[in-house]
Amino acid sequence: MSEKRPNGTSRRAFLRGGVAAAGAVAAGPMRAETPDPLITEVQDWASGLGVGVDEVPYGLPIEFEADVRRRNVPWLTADTKSSVNFTPIHALDGTITPQGCGFERHHSGAITLHKDDYRLMVHGLVERPLVFTYADLERFPRENHVYFCECAANSGMEWAGAQLNGAQYTHGMIHNMEYTGVPLRALLNEAGISGDLSDKWIYVEGADAASNGRSIPLAKALDDVLVAFKANGEALRREHGYPVRLVVPGWEGNLWIKWLRRIEVTNAPVESREETSKYTDTLADGTARKWTWVMDAKSVITAPSPQMPIQHGTGPLVITGMAWSGHGRITRVDVSKDGGKTWEIARLDRAGEAKALCRFYLDTTWDGGEMLLQSRAMDETGYVQPTKNQLRAVRGENSVYHNNGIQTWHVATSGEVENVEVT
Amino acid sequence: GGASADTLGLGRPALAEEIAAWDLDVRPDGTGLPPGSGDVLTGEGVFAEKCAACHGDFGEGVGNWPEVAGGQGTLDNKDPVKTVGSYWPYLSTLWDYVHRSMPYGAAQTLSPDDVYAVAAYILYSNDIVDEEFSLNATNFTGITMPNADGFVVDDRAAREYDVWRAAPCMAECKDSVTITMRATALDVTPRDDVATA
Repeated sequence: MSEKRPNGTSRRAFLRGGVAAAGAVAAGPMRAETPDPLITEVQDWASGLGVGVDEVPYGLPIEFEADVRRRNVPWLTADTKSSVNFTPIHALDGTITPQGCGFERHHSGAITLHKDDYRLMVHGLVERPLVFTYADLERFPRENHVYFCECAANSGMEWAGAQLNGAQYTHGMIHNMEYTGVPLRALLNEAGISGDLSDKWIYVEGADAASNGRSIPLAKALDDVLVAFKANGEALRREHGYPVRLVVPGWEGNLWIKWLRRIEVTNAPVESREETSKYTDTLADGTARKWTWVMDAKSVITAPSPQMPIQHGTGPLVITGMAWSGHGRITRVDVSKDGGKTWEIARLDRAGEAKALCRFYLDTTWDGGEMLLQSRAMDETGYVQPTKNQLRAVRGENSVYHNNGIQTWHVATSGEVENVEVT
Repeated sequence: GGASADTLGLGRPALAEEIAAWDLDVRPDGTGLPPGSGDVLTGEGVFAEKCAACHGDFGEGVGNWPEVAGGQGTLDNKDPVKTVGSYWPYLSTLWDYVHRSMPYGAAQTLSPDDVYAVAAYILYSNDIVDEEFSLNATNFTGITMPNADGFVVDDRAAREYDVWRAAPCMAECKDSVTITMRATALDVTPRDDVATA
């Protein structure tokens, strides 16, 4: 079927072939010189039959969308089982991340844990230490919430400058799903907690070899943390913690314990490996921040972007991207086309939801000139997404985590786009 | 279980043996340490057999695998070397993490004595103890890690939020803009291997 594509160049061919395909100048409506055979000739699909309803009991995307997939960066880590891959955010729209291409981050691989083998223990400073089965969890009153899960290291490779060429790589350690689950406070209540709770913590860990144990103040646990067993309507994917994961709204992804097996109420943080050696943020003077839980307001333009060049020539152009904040709702996103000299207020597709992705659009016109595209998120606390240089002035370049600096894309006259840093 | 008025009565009591099997975490004050001991020489043997293939004979790391020794004094360098000796604040974390999650691919196969010995060897590799040292649950809290005071609790609210919660510039924000870095200059982005549809 691919030879029957009269409009020629696919995006991949464009990338391979460089700038030649971008010459089309579109000033005014297009006009056909000859009748389009896709219209004038009866196509196979308008005459024969498609596939039957028994063909695909559980479907995958159509083959032409093969580009929309997770990707990894082999040189980032020593082994793929303690590593990360990236959501193809450049090619997605709206806010909900399809589970099948939602990024993965494991520390000892994605384990296979059957619901029948699943156990969740709640113990420590509780009145009744308890063991729950998966079936028990489904008997608690449940809730649905949409939240983003962003790896603390998202954009971490960009601390010292522009490095990876694509929004998928620079900003794709994130997904945004609708979770179904039980508020953690309901499980803690079942086990019984009382007395002064203000100085208490929970320690949570997974069933995998890495365990990924983390300490969380009890106040957060009682606020909005979910013990989730469904995402986007169906069971969690294996790689996202099947059958049960923790959802910790607004907080760094490492705390979203997958394959959750144990919740211990404690009177002090454990200071585990994942909150001392890792997920601590080294500053320029060699000291490090710990317990940097919240993910600050951030945004990125997903198209145009290095994987999404402008191929349609001049004229109407949709600039789109996503914004999010761990502190609450996104209230505004500004877009600059000149590297931050001037800004326009973008259109939020819907009012921002607390601690969830928000889609924005700037419907504009491209005159074919170079652009330096930037987006700048604001959240309901009044926080304005900083530039990378503002962040570096406070933190230096070795924080590894929590890089929410403004991203710049250079759009060339050819329509090709590159990850750059600007003054 | 026995439900009180505001509970559903779901779940069943956890048995002491079950809690003991899963509750392995060790805190900075030593809470959670099991009985046992191990010395540097024993630890060198365990390390050589079970750890050195990835972490190197002296904890220096092989290839892209983590180094666990060295790097002292580098935390304010351009490229800090963050190891147990140079960075980790607490010995408890080393014990806890090795016991529960190492060796990579065969976790939870080391006995408490093995873990005490490996921890003693890693301390020795970082010049924190001498080669005669034997680690146990009693002398554990006497070890102070070099970077124990190297951490501050998240202070973004004071140092960043208070500054960045301000109305942003909308026009004439800069005189000029210059590109200072390009990702294509590094050329480290993976090549796409998706065939053209």
